[in-house]
Amino acid sequence: MATIYVDGTPHEVEEGQNLLQACLSLGYDLPYFCWHPALHSVGACRQCAVKQFKDERDARGRIVMACMTPVADGIRISIDDPEAREFRKSVIEWLMTNHPHDCPICDEGGSCHLQDMTVMTGHAHRRFRYKKRTYRNQCLGPFLNHEMNRCIQCYRCVRFYRDYAGGRDFDVLGSRNRVYFGRHEDGVLENEFSGNLAEICPTGVFTDKTLKKHYTRKWDLQWSPSICPHCAVGCNVSPGERYGSLRCVVNRYNDAVNGYVLCDRGRFGYEYVNSEKRIRGPLARGAGENAVEAVSKGTALERIRPWISEPERVVGIGSPRASLESNFALRALVGPERFVAGMSDPELRLARRAVSILRDGPAAPPSVAEIEACDAVVVLGEDLTNSAPRLALAVRQAVRRQPTEKAARFKIPAWDAAAVAYCCQNEKGPLLVATPAPDRLDDAATWTRRAAPDDVARLGFAIAHAVCSASPAPDAMSEADRSLAEEVARALKDAKRPAVLTGVSCGSEDVLRAAANLAWALRAEGKDARLSIALPECNSMGLALMDGGSLDQAIEAVENGSAQTLVVLENDLFRRMEKTKAERLLESAQHAIAIDCVENPTTARAEIVLPAAALYEASGTVVNNEGRAQRFDRCYVAEDNIQDGWRWLIDAMSAARRSEAKDWTSLDDVRAAMTEALPALAGVAQLRVEGGKIPRQPHRYSGRTAMRAHIDMSEPTPPEDADSPLAFSMEGYSGAEPPALQPFFWSPGWNSPSAVNKHQREIGGALRGGSPGIRLIEAAPSEKIVWFEEIPQAFSRRPDEWLLVPLSRIFGGEELSVLSPAVAERVAAACIAMNPKDAEALGLKAGDEAEIRLGGTEPIRQPLADMKELPEGVAGWPSGLPGVEWVEMLSWIGRKGTD
Amino acid sequence: MMERPLTQHIVPNREPLSAEEYEKVGGYGAVRKILGGIAPQDVTRMVKDSGLRGRGGAGFPTGLKWGFVPMGDAAPRPKYLAVNGDEMEPGTFKDRVLLEGNPHLLLEGILVVSYATQLDTAFVFLRAEYKLAAARMRQAIGEAYARGWLGKNILGSGFSLDVHVHTSAGRYICGEETGMINSLEGRRAAPRAKPPFPPVVGLWGKPTVTNNVETLCCVPSIVVNGPQWFKNLSRGDDGGTKLYGVSGKVKRPGAWELPMGTTVREILEEHAGGMRDGLSLRGFLPGGASTDFLTDAHLDVKMDFASIEKAGSRLGTGTTIVLDDETCPVGLVLNLTRFFAQESCGWCTPCREGLPWLASILSDLENGQGRASDLKILEEHTRLLGPGNTYCALAPGAMEPIASALKHFREDFERHLRGKRCPWRSAG
Repeated sequence: MATIYVDGTPHEVEEGQNLLQACLSLGYDLPYFCWHPALHSVGACRQCAVKQFKDERDARGRIVMACMTPVADGIRISIDDPEAREFRKSVIEWLMTNHPHDCPICDEGGSCHLQDMTVMTGHAHRRFRYKKRTYRNQCLGPFLNHEMNRCIQCYRCVRFYRDYAGGRDFDVLGSRNRVYFGRHEDGVLENEFSGNLAEICPTGVFTDKTLKKHYTRKWDLQWSPSICPHCAVGCNVSPGERYGSLRCVVNRYNDAVNGYVLCDRGRFGYEYVNSEKRIRGPLARGAGENAVEAVSKGTALERIRPWISEPERVVGIGSPRASLESNFALRALVGPERFVAGMSDPELRLARRAVSILRDGPAAPPSVAEIEACDAVVVLGEDLTNSAPRLALAVRQAVRRQPTEKAARFKIPAWDAAAVAYCCQNEKGPLLVATPAPDRLDDAATWTRRAAPDDVARLGFAIAHAVCSASPAPDAMSEADRSLAEEVARALKDAKRPAVLTGVSCGSEDVLRAAANLAWALRAEGKDARLSIALPECNSMGLALMDGGSLDQAIEAVENGSAQTLVVLENDLFRRMEKTKAERLLESAQHAIAIDCVENPTTARAEIVLPAAALYEASGTVVNNEGRAQRFDRCYVAEDNIQDGWRWLIDAMSAARRSEAKDWTSLDDVRAAMTEALPALAGVAQLRVEGGKIPRQPHRYSGRTAMRAHIDMSEPTPPEDADSPLAFSMEGYSGAEPPALQPFFWSPGWNSPSAVNKHQREIGGALRGGSPGIRLIEAAPSEKIVWFEEIPQAFSRRPDEWLLVPLSRIFGGEELSVLSPAVAERVAAACIAMNPKDAEALGLKAGDEAEIRLGGTEPIRQPLADMKELPEGVAGWPSGLPGVEWVEMLSWIGRKGTD
Repeated sequence: MMERPLTQHIVPNREPLSAEEYEKVGGYGAVRKILGGIAPQDVTRMVKDSGLRGRGGAGFPTGLKWGFVPMGDAAPRPKYLAVNGDEMEPGTFKDRVLLEGNPHLLLEGILVVSYATQLDTAFVFLRAEYKLAAARMRQAIGEAYARGWLGKNILGSGFSLDVHVHTSAGRYICGEETGMINSLEGRRAAPRAKPPFPPVVGLWGKPTVTNNVETLCCVPSIVVNGPQWFKNLSRGDDGGTKLYGVSGKVKRPGAWELPMGTTVREILEEHAGGMRDGLSLRGFLPGGASTDFLTDAHLDVKMDFASIEKAGSRLGTGTTIVLDDETCPVGLVLNLTRFFAQESCGWCTPCREGLPWLASILSDLENGQGRASDLKILEEHTRLLGPGNTYCALAPGAMEPIASALKHFREDFERHLRGKRCPWRSAG
């Protein structure tokens, strides 16, 4: 600790940080632009100037930039010094010489860091009388609007895009007061994290283009604390609503999970909630082809009442994209024996394997922040950028760790970003990316290895053995793989905090076992190793922690006639099994009830469809990859008869006069019953605050009394939310809310995303109330390691057959986000990918239509794409893309045919 | 006959000496001497003792700079030299004389510093427009390789050195040492914050010496004749001779090698031939465009680092721009400010946004459209764009002529305001 004097007041602060960070942590309002807690200091904008004095006697002092000055014991500075104030005011005056006065028509207005800093410095009178500089803007694709005239050249965008997110198609161009931030030519920004520019940019150069289409000021939006539903990382987000439609999703800071950044799927996938495919009221399907009619809630419940009155005749299919509470309510409806987790047999087996590895082994699952703090990484079998994007971004930060520590030898602090870059040049810490298909992380990797899943697993086992000889060794490794394994093992052992990241996409349990052995081997050698396993959906981990069986169990129950009614909760079965199998299942059931938020092939075949709230309209709990249970609270009450899945199930039970849910009136009642029935979920939070409810609306929320005047002159009473301590109001509790319940960040004078500064204990650290979420999985206390001994044989290709491996796709690969028009624009073309040598042997070339046969089913036609890096004998399949049929991974497909 | 170690072998309008010719007049003697058995540290000490200060503008003691380079087996390799020949300071043309006139002298200096700091590769970074200099430098490097002065195992000493010529893309800021390093790395030519300092972390993260062309050309004679001889060449505290230049409406603009510490009067009157007939001296920028004006009251000041600083300006590059009484000082300052605004790298706010504003104001003043409040804005900026407030020295340098013009030629600014026109321009 060091004592620093700010305007004469002594403060104890951590050493090793810069003065700007220290002053902000102490609560001082010191303006800044180019500095960002995730990007650190470069000293470009000169906005955070303070006076530094040599000693007590020094009355003159000199101006220094707080962001470039290290905290040192006894340092004396003044923020209030007249010269420092004058200089800071001048910086704004300079920036304003070219910044347009277009705040009223700028999307950033009201959440603009530049506005806040301008007010903070007191610059109000304009002296510059010349023409402002103008630029030509670029069309950057469906996500971001570009308005370069507003640019204040803080360089944050280019530093985020290139240095932090690894993008290459965006740069700073030009010089002097003509500096330009953009692409070399118009075009879609390729990086998967481009949307963060809307929050990173301190003004309105980059703004959310999807918000622009239904624009509302930040203060006029109603917000809630929510969780991104589009993968299993569980990024914390705040959805914003007005007039019953969702307008945008912004980052909700959680230092342990997403920190300051979201991926573009998470940020722009929200529009599925407003999609035309939404199911807005109960539907009943008659016998005929188009015999679908909208029915009332009462009619729908009356229709299903007899079907569900005998639970033993009902099978409930849960869902890894529905909340724990909804799944639990379904489990209550059908009974634990007839509740299935909504995953296929291999899917569930892999998820359960993941849980047992993490819970029974010595390597705990790391938070995203912990992955960022790792200094050597092995990625086995998972294309993280496409399946768990935020983890891939964390890996990009982890590989910067070792070089940064090296810079410390030159006495360069880690926050001195430019100096660190000059010291380390393009050096990166060790990263192995061993995957079947080319990977977006390859450019950050020390080693890449393209191999079939079995060979990826074997390499993992070999590294584990090289790290710790107690871990079993694969036999007959090639010389190249053996020496690669040894090299990687050396780098991992030299690291302080190595991490092993894997996932279930490629369908290989062997890969999970290899990753486990590797992480455990490192722990056996005394390393603080972490093991992260990426699962596919926002509540996959939660379902794996519950007790339901697999879909095969449901199929069996329906086909053997023991169950007559099928209740499908927020699940499209056609994304989990072959089309014919799903059709047969839905047809075999006498009655199929689907509860979901969007139309899909499953709801299209259900007799009764009940409209579920989309996640942003719902309340509940999901568990992420890390085993972190995170609550989400509805942003607004959806219109029509839409309600939470769990509430439909309570209503159904009550209509059937079933007793299981008779005391359940709110979410907390469901939670209480759930944590009692399922001890694995015991930590799931029930949060309350004393002294009124937390407002979801900013205090400046306008038009409240007028917004419904065209319907009814009297202002309706806001809906009550029995399920949370939050109110649909601008009034209520005004203390420090628990961070898990914080709908948005705001503080007097801080209207931009930087307002989060005022809610953190230390800038860039945890929120004042801690990091939201409760970890349900901790590593086993270190007992004897039980190694996985079973090592697969090396992959051997089959004549005329190809092993299917996934090509995960961030845009289009996920069911809901692809319904957002902006995301839909980014969907890659469907294809089957092959090594060109394989294609050539088949007489095919890129673009030809290949006919693919899977055991016994109809042939599938798909255009062929060349993928040079793909190992021979395997074929890449873009699972989940629109128009791409479900195929089980690691199945063999046969030849052939061409047009 | 005065000693002229820098220019003794330069004959105007003649091809420079070839390697062979240069050797015949004693060239590369310094290299023979050090490779013959002087320890690297001793070479650095000689340069320290000679009192040589950098000729690029800042005047940092050369030997001291070399001493910062990590030495010994544990030192990071490779180590680099970046020779700064990006001579873009308005009114400055001294390095060009040396580059075009005697490239082998520079190569000899490069060899000395490279041996003294045990570095591996040298880059000669040249201003884009110095095409002749680049051609002559390349020619000289070719000859030096052919005759064994460059390459592997020079003179069988075990010491090796490669030299490359790099021509700049043409930015003033490339003359700032870290801007030059960034430019060599292929990055934007924006300066770097210090620390780290280039001798420790420089080009591609490795220890890097940066020296000006003229500085390195001084070095061979120090090695051959000893530090004391070099010191004695000077008439002031700083060692050696200096290439002084004069531009403006004098009778004989040009550059001359004279003892360090020669007075302004001697340079202007004896060497530049005094003002053109009918003109009188109003002031001068002693060290290039980014130094403060001095006036006829300072004619007897010695042109060395300490004396010029005492007089209120900087020696800079030692090349003087003269202002006569028929040239408008506001127009002159406008011209310089436009240049600096144009050459701002765009990295930090005060320089990027402040300089163009000042250029607009000066343009209004010069065109009779100024406002009384403009002088206040100018004055404020000379303070706000001071050292420490901006990221590098470009903007503070740009403020020096403005601040001193406001001091010495205030009445001329006022006349522009009062008359709503430039008094030096004919009406209508």
